[in-house]
Amino acid sequence: MISPLSDVAVARRVARDIPDGSYVNLGIGMPILVGEVVGPDKEIVYHSENGILGMGPAPAPGEEDRELINAGKQPVTLLPGGSYFHHTDAFVMMRGGHIDISVLGAFQVSETGDLANWITDLATMPPAVGGAMDLAVGAKRVLVMTTHTTRDGRPKLLPRCTYPLTAAGVVDRVYTDLAVLDVGPDGLVVQEMAPGLTRAELQSVTAARLTFADDVGELDPH
Amino acid sequence: MIDKRVATLADAVAGISDGATVLIGGFGDSGVPVELVHALLDHGARDLTVVTNNAGAGESDVAALIRERRVRTVVCSYPRSMGSVWFEERWRAGEIGLELVPQGTLSERMRAAGAGLGGFFTPTGADTLLAEGKEVRVIDGRPHVFEHPLPGDVALIKAHRADRWGNLVYRTAARNYGPTMATAAALTVVQVEEFVELGDLDPEAVVTPGVFVDRVVRVAAS
Repeated sequence: MISPLSDVAVARRVARDIPDGSYVNLGIGMPILVGEVVGPDKEIVYHSENGILGMGPAPAPGEEDRELINAGKQPVTLLPGGSYFHHTDAFVMMRGGHIDISVLGAFQVSETGDLANWITDLATMPPAVGGAMDLAVGAKRVLVMTTHTTRDGRPKLLPRCTYPLTAAGVVDRVYTDLAVLDVGPDGLVVQEMAPGLTRAELQSVTAARLTFADDVGELDPH
Repeated sequence: MIDKRVATLADAVAGISDGATVLIGGFGDSGVPVELVHALLDHGARDLTVVTNNAGAGESDVAALIRERRVRTVVCSYPRSMGSVWFEERWRAGEIGLELVPQGTLSERMRAAGAGLGGFFTPTGADTLLAEGKEVRVIDGRPHVFEHPLPGDVALIKAHRADRWGNLVYRTAARNYGPTMATAAALTVVQVEEFVELGDLDPEAVVTPGVFVDRVVRVAAS
């Protein structure tokens, strides 16, 4: 029986790959969870695109400051050692390759590391991009955290993205509720799989052709 | 003697003409010069091009300008915030233009304008819809998109404290686009919460030197 990982379990797996001392930007949505599960043994400096380094957790109720918000416009705090800077410098940090890891959500990822995560409904809603394209091109490592398929079961890992691209050839590693996959020169390489899942079952919910590492590990479902 | 302080919000926005390009600071609710934008609404200028990160939300500031049909075009990165109903309504009706710009590119285009540069090549947006019609050059093996400078006739921004020379310090993440927009407009107008005496701002901590500022007006913190 296939038992997909919960969002928090996927976040824990992503967190394991973030080294102590990293400068990290967490995208809006699922990636925010990563910040909640990184252990206290690691000192991680979180970057926010509106001009914060050393961003801390949400303030206690009643302590919110409407000026001090994250990229998702939620109230946050500043940790000791944190700093504020203007928008242009916030993007110098991203585009200029000064941020070690960017964790992003995705609508689709291609087997060559193309990322589509900004728009699906061009005709009915005004397009909006925010910092998605800058985050995708600039970080030293781009990690994608997503469900393996859409809510109605369609594959998100494809030979080519069908939604408009955020950036081409940028994704390094993908973490889903079923697997951890690296983007290699010959496509997607499965490194770890959810317990109880067969290779054939994983391929059946993945449109891109998969290859498997020599020693595929088992994901911790907790 | 230099004294950039003006007495009223009406004085602060005096002379802004119909058809002006207006840079408006803020990211979500953080750092928005709400009272200056309302003064611009009362002032009556129309046919404006508004450059700002979002496209307003609710009934306040930029959303009010759009509701009152003062805006011909919005240049922004994310016009789909919670409650951005007026922009969406005007956009669906074909009554307002939208130039969508990746967030870091939006900021950097204004920086280029303020710095006297003729534009720049950026990897952000390469191979995407937002590069269509733009010059692309391969630099160090990677496609880069040419982006033009984005100057304003006017910038409306919010800071925390100012002296009579227009030196500015900001508060927390409210800084966001302010320092860049201040450099990029022919007329930079700033609302601050407090005036201080010349010499009272720590020169090591001044973020925007007064050379970039034309008018400052005091608005009590709400």
